[in-house]
Amino acid sequence: MSTRETILKAVAMNKPELTELPDMDLSLSIQYPNLINQFVSMVESSGGKAFCQNSSEELLKDITGVKSEGKFMINLLENLPSTELENQNASELESLDTLYLRARLGVAENGAMWISEKQMSNRLLPFICQHLVIVINPEDLVNNMHEAYQQIDAVSEGFGVFIAGPSKTADIEQNLVIGAHGARSLRVYLL
Amino acid sequence: MKVGLFIPCYIDQFYPDVAIATYQLLKKLDCDVSYPMDQTCCGQPMANSGFSDLTKGCDINFVKNFKNFDYIVAPSGSCVLHIKEHLKEGGTPAELEKIRQSVYELSEFLVDILKVDRLVASFPHKVGMHISCHGQRGLHLSSMTELVAPEFSKSEYLLGMVDGLELLKPLRADECCGFGGTFCVFEEAVSVKMGKDRIKEHLVNHVEFICGGDTSCLMHLEGILKRQGSGVKTIHLAEILNSEL
Amino acid sequence: MRVKQHAEAAQEFILDEARTDWHDETLWFVRNKRDKAVNTIPEWEILRDWASRIKNHTLSNLDHYLTSFEEKALKNGIIIHWAADAEDHNRIIHKIITDNKIDKIVKSKSMLTEECHLNEYLQNRGIQILDTDLGEYIVQLRQETPSHIVLPAIHLKRQDVSETFHEHLHTEKGNYDPQYLAGCARQHLRERFVESELAITGVNFAIAESGSFVVCTNEGNADMGVHSAGIHIACMGIEKLIPKTEHLGVFLRLLARSATGQPITTYSSHFNRARPGQQMHVVIVDNGRSRQLGRPDFRNSLKCIRCAACFNTCPVYRRSGGHSYHSAVAGPIGSILNPNLDMQANSDLPFASTLCGSCSNVCPVKIDIHEQLWKWRQVIVANGYVNKGKKAGMQGMAWVLSNPQVYRFSGKIGRWVMRTFPFIVNNRLNVWFKQREMPRAPEKSFRDWFKENK
Repeated sequence: MSTRETILKAVAMNKPELTELPDMDLSLSIQYPNLINQFVSMVESSGGKAFCQNSSEELLKDITGVKSEGKFMINLLENLPSTELENQNASELESLDTLYLRARLGVAENGAMWISEKQMSNRLLPFICQHLVIVINPEDLVNNMHEAYQQIDAVSEGFGVFIAGPSKTADIEQNLVIGAHGARSLRVYLL
Repeated sequence: MKVGLFIPCYIDQFYPDVAIATYQLLKKLDCDVSYPMDQTCCGQPMANSGFSDLTKGCDINFVKNFKNFDYIVAPSGSCVLHIKEHLKEGGTPAELEKIRQSVYELSEFLVDILKVDRLVASFPHKVGMHISCHGQRGLHLSSMTELVAPEFSKSEYLLGMVDGLELLKPLRADECCGFGGTFCVFEEAVSVKMGKDRIKEHLVNHVEFICGGDTSCLMHLEGILKRQGSGVKTIHLAEILNSEL
Repeated sequence: MRVKQHAEAAQEFILDEARTDWHDETLWFVRNKRDKAVNTIPEWEILRDWASRIKNHTLSNLDHYLTSFEEKALKNGIIIHWAADAEDHNRIIHKIITDNKIDKIVKSKSMLTEECHLNEYLQNRGIQILDTDLGEYIVQLRQETPSHIVLPAIHLKRQDVSETFHEHLHTEKGNYDPQYLAGCARQHLRERFVESELAITGVNFAIAESGSFVVCTNEGNADMGVHSAGIHIACMGIEKLIPKTEHLGVFLRLLARSATGQPITTYSSHFNRARPGQQMHVVIVDNGRSRQLGRPDFRNSLKCIRCAACFNTCPVYRRSGGHSYHSAVAGPIGSILNPNLDMQANSDLPFASTLCGSCSNVCPVKIDIHEQLWKWRQVIVANGYVNKGKKAGMQGMAWVLSNPQVYRFSGKIGRWVMRTFPFIVNNRLNVWFKQREMPRAPEKSFRDWFKENK
């Protein structure tokens, strides 16, 4: 008998009597009177910066600013597919300074944003950049994770990620350090 | 209703004042309370050490002494919890079930059954509140800081009826004192460290007494306090509720 | 080498009282963060209930969910391996490495790989793995094991980290700033991510209906590795399954809040297929889990989502440190999992507890941890893994306590001795007396008083 068979047989023999899945009344989960305020507050408490006033001009200033500094920047906001980008490897992307992309939706309870593979073109981009800039439509904000999973398709593309804030660690004496291995900063524009 | 007074073995032997206070308090509240003279121990020390198969003798003796009461009341959350969860021999299933359903720790008996809403009691002192784990998490004598749920406390409710008492709470409201049964000797270092830390939090409040519902916790804390040469004393809830000027 | 049992190791830990206080305060701080976070969710207790029942259901149908997961994952081009035990798991990973002639390997946090001693296995065969989670990276440099399943280096102070980094990474001597130290680690590890050929990760949740899995990190180290490397190996215990994608809503709301007090980890990465050109493997591991599944009293321990909330709340863990538990998974959950792996070696663990019950209350999936600790004690004693002196003492106590007259007589004599010859108990042979005074021995028991006064 293969290992697979042995394990499955042991599980089948040892498992308890069947119990039911709970009937989850999702209306019991948290709702916020003002989605934008809650979302912004969570983005900021996770170490990110959120812009909702004049966000269009601010975003433009942001992009021109980074461009003028001559930094290696990738802008995916136009959503134009690029096979060249998709095929770039880690050493080619290592010096990426700033990445701009869109999120599919944002979750008010925790400031997380869902970005699917198509939106990032290359899976490494949102992690290898030094600074991550996400644009999100305030209409695409939901209250909580249950609503998020109702709206996204988490399985049809090869990869997807919820990102909530810049990378961080508190592994040294519980001291919070922003900027571990992923992006060192996160800017979110609601527009 | 006939109430059987269940006095834990170590209270009978080392802290009879706690038992006297419990008895007197129940009498004051017009209970028809009897004390079965041949009771010994609930069996918890053996059971919690992994020797629950040695508790048959204690079970049999307990049932013999307590099977004919409407209520069984003890000034100890841990002993009551043990009987409720682990009494398994000495009688018919119906007899055992009746005992499990009718055994109460003192504060829950006063609040839930007697529905006491006032007491003639006076204890004009600063008292630190120690919450004993088994009573709290096992018998739900009070709310627990881990849970998202409304706050309540049966002992605090009762202590609120005592004249002159100033109740002070430690920073960590419901951390364990470290007694833990035979843990107190088999993991002596951790046990004492936990006790010392609890005491430190009470001393900061300048209490004169540390009060709790389980004498096991109090015995452990008292041992440390005395070794530290502290003037702070431990006192059982029953003794405070029973005290008058 | 003799492995120190918990009581002895804890005693040594506590000798440095100031450091014990620091360790205790640090972890209590994490418990507090958890409390603040969970109190922002009014439906928290309902969430716990859902999570518990989802996991209960999954375990009761586990074989079907395992085959469903495998079927869907295979369709998505993921290569599935089955490992009966730690040795099997290590061998499978070793083979993938040697078949592909891999040199540069990075690993993000996986308690399963710790449990299987993967690093050691590969090292003995001349293969180096780099742990990239900052806490794990630090303990790896120090050649220690993690002391906490979420905060691997919680037992270390910044000075310890600084010294280690100075020695291995040539950081500035005496610079204890966590920002500086973490920044140096980022720089050093970034190169290694970029050049990595194979990345090993754990699995936080595996979804049966889609053959997908989710990896949660704050640092982004799992993703930096797997999206750079040509091969991704994800290791999971059979109990990591959940039935549907929508269930992630429940678990992702519970996990980080319970673990660190954050509403969610920075990254929750959902893997469905390998990126084009990449090999993706999942190693499904038993290693005693199916045996635990067959223990009615203990199978609930398999619901664990490895959040470590139980560690942070445990007053014993906070004052004895993870290394006292001599296992990959320490703390309360470790004490109910490890006796299943090796009952004799871990016979001390269920006794490293006062049964206060705090752990069961913080557990996001409602494992009855403190009740299982009590039940393991019965099993361990029944199997004879108990000190003979303790057993004799218990038998003596049981006899005295079942016999009213013997009980009364022993009590009377005992108290008389304590009053008349206090030195018999007030000495160094009496463990209680080491740091505590004995209770006063009254002349009359309550029963004596009652007889005189009723």
